Order: sequence, then structure tokens, then C-alpha cells
Amino acid sequence: MICMRMRGVMESTLVAAAMTGAGIGSAHAGLRYNMPEGVSEISRSVYSLHMAMFWVCVAIGALVFGAMIYSIVRFRKSAGAQPANFHENTAIELIWTAIPFAILVIMTIPAAGLLIKMDDTSQSDMTIKITGYQWKWHYDYLDQDVSFFSALAQDSNAARQLGAQIDLKSVDHYLLNVDHPVVVPVGKKIRFLITSNDVIHSWWVSDLAVKKDAIPGFINEFWTRIDVPGIYRGQCAELCGRDHGFMPIVVEAKTPEDYAAWLDAQHAAKAQQTAMVNGAALAAAR
Amino acid sequence: MNNLADPGPRKSNRSVLFQAVVVCLVMFGFGFAMVPLYRAFCNLTGINGRMAVVATETLAQSDLTRVITVQFVANRNQYLPWEFKPEVSSVQVHPGEIRTVTFFAHNLRDVPMVGRAVPSIAPGEAAKYLRKLECFCFNEQHFASGEARNMPVRFYIDPRIPPGIDTLTLSYTFFDASPQTTMVGDKTAAGS
Amino acid sequence: MSEQVLGHDEHDHGPDPQFLRRWITTTNHKDLGALYLWFSLLMFLVGGAMALVIRAELFQPGMQLVRPEFFNQMTTMHALVMIFGGVMPAFVGLSNWLLPVMLGAPDMALPRLNNWGFWILPFAFTLLISTLFMPGGAPAGGWTMYPPLVLQTGLAFPFLIFSVHLLGVSSIMGGINVIATILNLRAPGMTLMKMPLFAWSWLITAFLIIAVMPVLAGAVTMLLMDKYFGTSFFNAAGGGDPVLFQHVFWFFGHPEVYILILPAFGIVSHIIPTFSRKPLFGHASMVYAMSAIAFLSFIVWAHHMFTVGLPLAAELFFMFATMLIAVPTGVKVFNWTATMWRGSLSFETPMLFALGFVFMFTIGGFSGLMLAMAPADFQYQDTYFVVAHFHYVLVPGAVYSIMAAVYFWLPKWTGHMYDERLGKLHFWLSTIGVNLTFFPMHFSGLAGMPRRIPDYALQFTTFNQISSVGAFMFGFSQLLFVYIVIKCVRGGEKATAQVWEGAEGLEWTLPSPPPYHSFTIPPLVT
Ligand SMILES: [Cu+2]
Repeated sequence: MICMRMRGVMESTLVAAAMTGAGIGSAHAGLRYNMPEGVSEISRSVYSLHMAMFWVCVAIGALVFGAMIYSIVRFRKSAGAQPANFHENTAIELIWTAIPFAILVIMTIPAAGLLIKMDDTSQSDMTIKITGYQWKWHYDYLDQDVSFFSALAQDSNAARQLGAQIDLKSVDHYLLNVDHPVVVPVGKKIRFLITSNDVIHSWWVSDLAVKKDAIPGFINEFWTRIDVPGIYRGQCAELCGRDHGFMPIVVEAKTPEDYAAWLDAQHAAKAQQTAMVNGAALAAAR
Repeated sequence: MNNLADPGPRKSNRSVLFQAVVVCLVMFGFGFAMVPLYRAFCNLTGINGRMAVVATETLAQSDLTRVITVQFVANRNQYLPWEFKPEVSSVQVHPGEIRTVTFFAHNLRDVPMVGRAVPSIAPGEAAKYLRKLECFCFNEQHFASGEARNMPVRFYIDPRIPPGIDTLTLSYTFFDASPQTTMVGDKTAAGS
Repeated sequence: MSEQVLGHDEHDHGPDPQFLRRWITTTNHKDLGALYLWFSLLMFLVGGAMALVIRAELFQPGMQLVRPEFFNQMTTMHALVMIFGGVMPAFVGLSNWLLPVMLGAPDMALPRLNNWGFWILPFAFTLLISTLFMPGGAPAGGWTMYPPLVLQTGLAFPFLIFSVHLLGVSSIMGGINVIATILNLRAPGMTLMKMPLFAWSWLITAFLIIAVMPVLAGAVTMLLMDKYFGTSFFNAAGGGDPVLFQHVFWFFGHPEVYILILPAFGIVSHIIPTFSRKPLFGHASMVYAMSAIAFLSFIVWAHHMFTVGLPLAAELFFMFATMLIAVPTGVKVFNWTATMWRGSLSFETPMLFALGFVFMFTIGGFSGLMLAMAPADFQYQDTYFVVAHFHYVLVPGAVYSIMAAVYFWLPKWTGHMYDERLGKLHFWLSTIGVNLTFFPMHFSGLAGMPRRIPDYALQFTTFNQISSVGAFMFGFSQLLFVYIVIKCVRGGEKATAQVWEGAEGLEWTLPSPPPYHSFTIPPLVT
């Protein structure tokens, strides 16, 4: 695919642009500056769409900026340019209305197809309900009787306090780590239901290309099917008050066997777990 | 200050002013009119899952060739210290078949409380095919201190439900509607 | 600039009390234009200071300077101050100063309304900014005021709502005045299609203002009722829907975006032909394009809400409609390019800012096109990519057009040339600063940084540091702008009536500075 081939070129161009523009620092190896391709079929399609649109913009930009820069260089008064006097040309005006229109129509075709795919939550293998809280997430595995809160990890929370003298590099995934990650199997179509307990939040994991608002009193749904086991991190994306920046999301995708083992462990600890969660919820409510 | 001697334009200035003010008032009204418009739009498309209880039981034939999973989800708003859960987490129904399920609610406080449940359905486009014959939603539910009770929901699924939908979720959120408390408003300062 | 304006009218200023009374009671379009412009400059500096607090905190990960709640107050107030205090009053000020002289009128059509429209602003902003000193602080729920979060605002809440009402009333007054002036006070012979594009852009803007500011007023009134009078417009518990607020808000909000950019299109359409010494290419198609943009702006609002769970059909519709806006916007950019083509270009400061506008606004347009694609928008929504997008449109877009306009017409207003060398320095410092600030935000957003967060994961550090350095550079460059303007007001090389070699239009037929009452005898336009 053309996007793939040009990716290398683009990466170096973008970094070069950023770095020369900045004139400071040097990119360390892991610097991310583009949307991740992600780990699901949908996220890869979103990435391709993003890159395709990016290159369309680059192409149009090259033409327009090229013409402007050419004019600026070529038609300078100081270089003795004499002004022409034309001020309209219906044919040209029609062409540059029609061509962008055609490009846009062409671009919307894959976009619409992808949107329809993303909207289709049927044939799911399991359902997880997400509830947004100020300022943590709650996960409820429907039909499994497993549920828990997921909040910013303790070490991040200590380090993010105003005036904390903690070396952030010593903190494990500063601000992107939680006490209880949401564990899911790979290869399964997972349907998420999402709502909120107080204000609007938004559940976003970039590697899965999913973002959906959690709205109090309403339930939204979305789905994902993760291909690769791993840990994927995200954050709340809708301003939700003081600690909006401190309610990350961690998704741990395991093989179906590991997931089953994890589930068994949860069930084993269930009695204790349920009591604890209820207690905590009650305390939070009071 | 206005040096326009002839009265012509002046008069028409006033009429422009008048017309513009009318436009403003109409648009101010339109802002409010978006509330019923939005509600009508939602009822038409069912998108926010706010379906009215259907009073009559005019039923088409059950469609035994299809099975739809109906999930039940119970949420509590943080200001309502109740226990609230569905008796079963999901049922399998044929379109057209009438079912009754119950939700269990328990006032954990030692004072009487009033709760109000708000329904929501996912996916949104399925909402208008879920017909509720009986439901505890929107009505104020009075609970004595420590009271617990089961509340029934009777429903069927309209057989015209689009073929792509195999699962739908009926979610209730219970809010505190006790007279002495107000809603989110009195929790001060966005996040302090 | 007042002193120069009043050159022939010395008896009008004297000792302090009289001076005050003059400025408070003035109904003169030049006085009010100047007041609007000075006020917006002040608000730019206030809102800019808030932006620098934000950028200082974000210079490195970890919380160093402010608490998260204060950070949220800064982002909220920065937006409100810049939109309603900076950009909108600046454009109203320009319309005041320029419309009568461009149309051949003695003054604006509704001078007393004009006075009230301005003097509401200081009150509104005193109310709004005073909330910073209240217990609980200023509003912190974002300028978009989404419920239920905004209902958690403390004491500041009624002040926020009331000041938004006042700001709405003020801009409606400005808008009505523009409509009346343009419809009634054009010089004989100036048909609508012969009208200068700045007037055209403002006519369309004014219609947008009177159509959507009342909708905003309605939306915030409903918020007020939900909070204090127990209604449930947006409260799910009572059968309302928080998403409904977003629909009403963005029904206002999207046309508002064009209120902030259409006058910029008008300004640039004056400056580029002047310094290209060649008539504007496609005058008529510019008018059609602006009208098309204004129309489309009413049917695209939900592209701000792709993640709230809209039905599929709605997402498809709003995606298509949004992408359509790129067509008329593209026409404008192509027309400006064609205006420069085979012209005879020179690069005085106004031209530099206008060219900066076209280049960087187009970059903002491209990211806007990407944002329009709903499936990709799920990844962009509420990230720094969006922050980069709208700042490209608003800072090197709207703000650059305002600065271009000030440099362009300042010699006309004051009768003096500004310092060209310093003007160019201001342009280059600003342009380097603004790109250092906002270009890296594309990268941090794509890499996964949400907006409106006071602290971030270590992987976003590099880009945030570049942004912060750029922001301080841009911010402090504006002090140079203040100096240049004041220096020009106080004196300088005498400006001719035409000022610029290629300038065309009625305003350049008046002496610099023009008389207190611009055209007492209407000029004849052929
Ligand atoms: Cu949140």
C-alpha cells in the first residue's frame, strides 16, 4: 500500500521538520509523533485512512503553496515584475471548485465504509461495562460476575502532587499506569458498554482506535477485537473536572488461555473481592 | 451625532433594528425549541433509548426463527447509596415473545429515600423495537429506610427489528430524587 | 490614536473629567472603533498571560506551578477571554472604524447602540475575571460549558452565565449595527456586488451573529434553570439529556467559528490585491464562497460530537457536510493565490501578515479536513491535534488577520507610518513563535496526548517543551506590537491619503487621518 511505502519518508520528514523547527534537543529513539497503527483490524484501517488523508493534504498543499511561493519569488516588484490585470476566469474557477469536490467524494467512500464497520457491534463474544467516575474507571464483566475499579497507580499519584520531589523517570509509566488493568482476551470481539456515574468522561485507547463518551444516565456501546497480546494504555479524553488528567486506562490483552486463567483467579478471589468493592463503592457514595 | 439629515434612511435604520431584534428573539426561542425537536427526533429514531411505555398489547406473531439476547444493566448514580441489580443478567427471547424480568433495589440508608430510574438502550437503533408493557422507569420510587423490593419490567421485541441486531442492552440508572437533595448541582467547584 | 483623529476638533479634549465623559458618551465610529481595538488588545494580553501560565506548567511533566483545578480555570478563562474579549471585539472595532469610510458614510447607522455595545464589554469581563478571586475560583469546566460538569461550578457559575449573556448582547448590538450600516448607508452607486469584501464578510458575519448568539443565550439560560430552578433540560435524572446541550451549544458554536474567521477573509482580500498591485481574483466567487461557508456552518455542528454516540446516519451526514466546507474554503485560497499570480509583489508588514495568514490558515484547514473524517476523528477528538488545528485557524488565522489589518490601516487612522523595520521584526518573531508553539501539538496529539490535562506522561515531553518555548517567544513578541502601535499613534513619518501604492477603495480617498465625521457628503461610486 502506498501509505506503507511512504511511511519511512514521512517519518524522517516530520521528525526533521520538528527538529529543525525547534532547533533544540534530539529525538530519542522512541519518540512518537504519529497515530499508532494499533493492534486491531479497525485501528489499522483508521491509520490508513488518516495517512491517506494526510497525503491528499500534502499533495494539495504542495500545489497551492508551490504556486504561492513561485509567485512570491517570481513576481516581486523589486525584481521588476509588472502587474497583469486579469481578475476572473470562469473556467478555472469551475475547475478548482469541481476537482476538490471530486477528491472529497472519493475520500468519503472508504471513510463511510469504515464507519459502518465500526458501528456494528453484533456477533460479539463478550461484554464489558465501563463506568466513568470522578476520577477513576469501573469495569464490570457482564455474565462473569467480575467487576473492579481501576484508578491511577499509587506511585504515579504520589509523584504528580504539586511540589512532589520524586524522579518521574523512576515511576513505572508515569500517569499511564493503574492499579487494576482491564484484562481482555485477544482474537475475541469484545463489546463495551459505557456510561458514567457523574459527569461526562471519554474512554480512549489509541492502539485500539476507540474513543467513546461515558454519559450519565445513558449507555453507549463500541467494540474491538485485539490481535496482539500486550498492554495498551490510554486516558480519559473528555474534561471531567480536577483530576481529568489522572484517570488513565490500561488494557491488558492476553491469549485466551491466559485470560481464562486470569478469570479463574478472579472467581477464586470473588467472595473477598465483591465484599471489598461493595465496601469501597459504599464509602465513595457517602 | 447621526448626521443623516433626511429621515428616509433613519426610518429604515429603525426597521432594520426591529427586524434584527425579531430574528434574535426567534433564534432565542429556537434554542429552547431544540428541546422538544430533539426529543421528537429521538423518539422517531430511538437514538437515546428513551422509549415510552406502550400501553396496548397489539402483538404481531412471534418470530421463532430468531433469538435475541437482551442484557440487563443496572447503574446507580453516585448520590444514591442503594443496591440495585437485575435479577438475571440476560435473557434470550424470540421477537414478539412477552417476557417479564425483575430488578432488585435496596435502600441501604436508614432514612426513607426516593429514587428515579432512567432507561437507556444500546444499540440506539434497537431502542424503538424494545416495547415495554410495564416499567418502573421515570416514576418516583419511594423506599422506606432499609426497604428492598423487586420491580418488574414486562417487554417484548418488535419482530420488525433489523436482522443485524442480535444483542441489545436495557440499562437503568437510578438517581436520587429525594426532595431534600438536589442533583449534581450542589457539589461545588468543577473538581475542587 | 484619538489625539490624531481629533486633530481638527481640539476643543473636544481637555481636562480629565471631560476626557472621561467624552470616551464614555461617544457615539463616533472612530472613537468606538479605537475603544474596541484597545480593549481587545488588553484582552489579548490578559488571555495571553493565561496561556503562558498553561504553557509554563506544561513545560515539563509533573506539577510544578499550579494545582489542577487552577489549571482548568486557566484553560477555560483563556478560551472565553480570547474568543469573546480578543478576537470578536477586535473585528467589531475594525468594522466600526472601517465600514463608514469604506462605504462612504458619515458614521455607523445606529451610533447610540454602538456606544452601548462597547460599554457592556468592560462590565462583562469585570464580572467574568472577578470570578478568579472568588472562593472556589473561576469556571473550570471548559469554555464549552458541558453539563453536568459545568453545574459543579461554585459561586462563579451565575457570573459565568451572566457575563456570557452580556457578551452575547454586545456582539448582537455590533452585528445589528453592521447590517443597518451596510444596507442603508452605502454611497450612491455602490451596489452590493461592488461593495468591498471586508464589508461583505462582515455582512455575512453579522447575520451569523444575530442568528446564533441568541441560541447560545438560550443554552446557558437552560443551564442556569437546571442549576437553580430544578428544571431538567440536561439532567438525565429528570428525563433530560446532557448531549442535548452539546447539540444546542454547537449549533451556536460552529457558526461562531466562522464569525471568528469570515472578517479575516475580508481583510486579507483587501491586503493581498493592494501589495500585488492587481485586482482581487474572483470578487464574485469570494462572495459566493463566503455565503456557502456561512450556510454550511449551520449543518455541520455535530462534527464536534462524533464520540457522543450519534446514530450512524447522523455521523455519515455530518461527515459529508463538514467535508463540503473545504470546497468554498479552497476556492478562497485559490483566489488569493491567483491574485498574486503575475502581480507585482512587495512585502510590507501587512502583506507579510496576510501571507502568513494564507499559509497557516491553510494548514489549519488541512487538519480540519482530516478531523472531518469521522472514523479518524475518533482518534483526534479531544487531543492536542484538535488544539493544534483550531489554534492554527485562530492565531495565525484570525489574529494574524487582525494584526495585518492594524498595520494596513494604522497609517490611515493615525496619519503616521508605523516603523516598518520593527513591524517586520514583529512578524518574523511571531511567525517563528507561533509555529514552534502549535506545530508540535499535531505530533503530541497524534501520539496520544489528550487536551485540557495539567500534566502528561514522559513520552510527550519533547513536543511540550518546544511548544512552551514557542509560546513564550510568541507572547513576548506581542509587547513589540504594543510598542509599535503606541509609537505610531504618537508620531512618525506623515502618511499620504493613499498610503499604499496599490491601495484602492473609498477609505484611501480621505486624508490620513480622516475627518471626525468620515463622509459628510456621500461620494459617488461609479
Ligand atoms: Cu474523566
